[in-house]
Amino acid sequence: MADAVGLLVALVVFGWAAAALDAGLGRVSGRAGGVGSAVGAPLREVARLVTQRGRRTLVPDLLLVRAGVVALPLAALLAAVVLPLGGAPVLDTSVGIVWFNAMEVCVWGALWLVGWGVNSVYPLVGGYRFLAQGLGYELPHMFALITVALGAGSLRFGDVVAAQRGVWFAVWMPVAFAVYLISALAMAFWGPMGQPVGRDVAGGVPAELSGADRLLFAAGRYALLVVVSAAAVPLFLGGGAGPLLPGWAWAALKTAAVLGVLVLVKQRVPAVRMDRFTVFAWVVLIPLTLVQTLVVGIVVLR
Amino acid sequence: MSVGAFWALAVLAVAGGVAVFVVDSMARATFALLASLLAVGGTLLLVDLHYVGVLVILMMVMEMLVMAVFMIMYMMNPGGLMPMKMVHGDRAAKIIAAAVFVLLAAGAFLTPWPARRGPPPADPTRALGLAIMGPRMLVMMVVGVAILATMVATVVLATHRGRYDR
Repeated sequence: MADAVGLLVALVVFGWAAAALDAGLGRVSGRAGGVGSAVGAPLREVARLVTQRGRRTLVPDLLLVRAGVVALPLAALLAAVVLPLGGAPVLDTSVGIVWFNAMEVCVWGALWLVGWGVNSVYPLVGGYRFLAQGLGYELPHMFALITVALGAGSLRFGDVVAAQRGVWFAVWMPVAFAVYLISALAMAFWGPMGQPVGRDVAGGVPAELSGADRLLFAAGRYALLVVVSAAAVPLFLGGGAGPLLPGWAWAALKTAAVLGVLVLVKQRVPAVRMDRFTVFAWVVLIPLTLVQTLVVGIVVLR
Repeated sequence: MSVGAFWALAVLAVAGGVAVFVVDSMARATFALLASLLAVGGTLLLVDLHYVGVLVILMMVMEMLVMAVFMIMYMMNPGGLMPMKMVHGDRAAKIIAAAVFVLLAAGAFLTPWPARRGPPPADPTRALGLAIMGPRMLVMMVVGVAILATMVATVVLATHRGRYDR
């Protein structure tokens, strides 16, 4: 129980930090142009959305919209429960990696439901964009996860961390790590992979959401960003291993580092068109990850 | 506990299946079917087939989302938010469905299920795989790769260069 509360608090704190950093960086480069400190920016947004008057489109399918809006943070939370953040995970299952993958795919459903249900053209375009993005990133992503599982000989996150006592997986599976980072952007539809919520489609999927719905959607997206960053730590960065500090502190530091990189990438890298990314993913990334899996397989067998 | 969970999942699976034909939009039907299939994945988790259960959940979510694209693409009312009837030729369909149900249910009741011998294995997924595949494991794995290669080849052969190609 204490673990679960700790996880929830960590998700909120890191999500807040990511939103604040994003707002701060946006102001430095002169794009967001907000007033006041960046740390307060997420709070102001929350206050604005909580007090905002609800807005509704013509004949929306509210059941589907609400299902999607709730499913987004829920999927992030359910993906987080299998991650060991220094200690044991809240839910220590022998198939943690597959569970993480399954919950992350539920986000496809969440975005499509919201995009479809509000009965408006730009959200619909955004929802379909995310499905196309999913087809692009998912296969290389899965092969990256399979490579990790192969290297550890287990689908349990704890065993994956234990297998990295000597060398981090990021060091001897660099291709899988790089592919994971790309798919982390895609999973959280963040930065260059943010086309489902792109400015060219007026904000995409959440364009018609307002008030509490929009708040839940935004919170779910930041939670997802934190979770995909946190998952990189047990998968590739040795989990909570490190000198002097306790395990949870190292896990938090490494998560913050990955999260910081992802936020920085959002500010620095332009948007990627999904049809081009899919060609790149299938023609370049899938063969690369297959070769990586082969190399790891040979090393493990020897 | 697990008996209660089984019945809850069983009811959810059947109710989801019924909802597919009751609701009036293709999007709702898709997600009703998804809920039904997720409940089936849940029942696999109850018999400790963790890997198979979670894999069913993963595959069903992905599959139904891809299906949603096609189902909506081919329906008579692509807008989809207008109410539509989800059944056609329902008399024949009802007879066929009832017959198949009776057949399957009869099979479940009439099969002489073996009694359990010894304790459950440490890894039921592995035991299930060995029980189904046995010595033909390698053949089945090669067949799996061959099917994947066939699918990729079919897609490549079927794709014309479209207007988005550079």
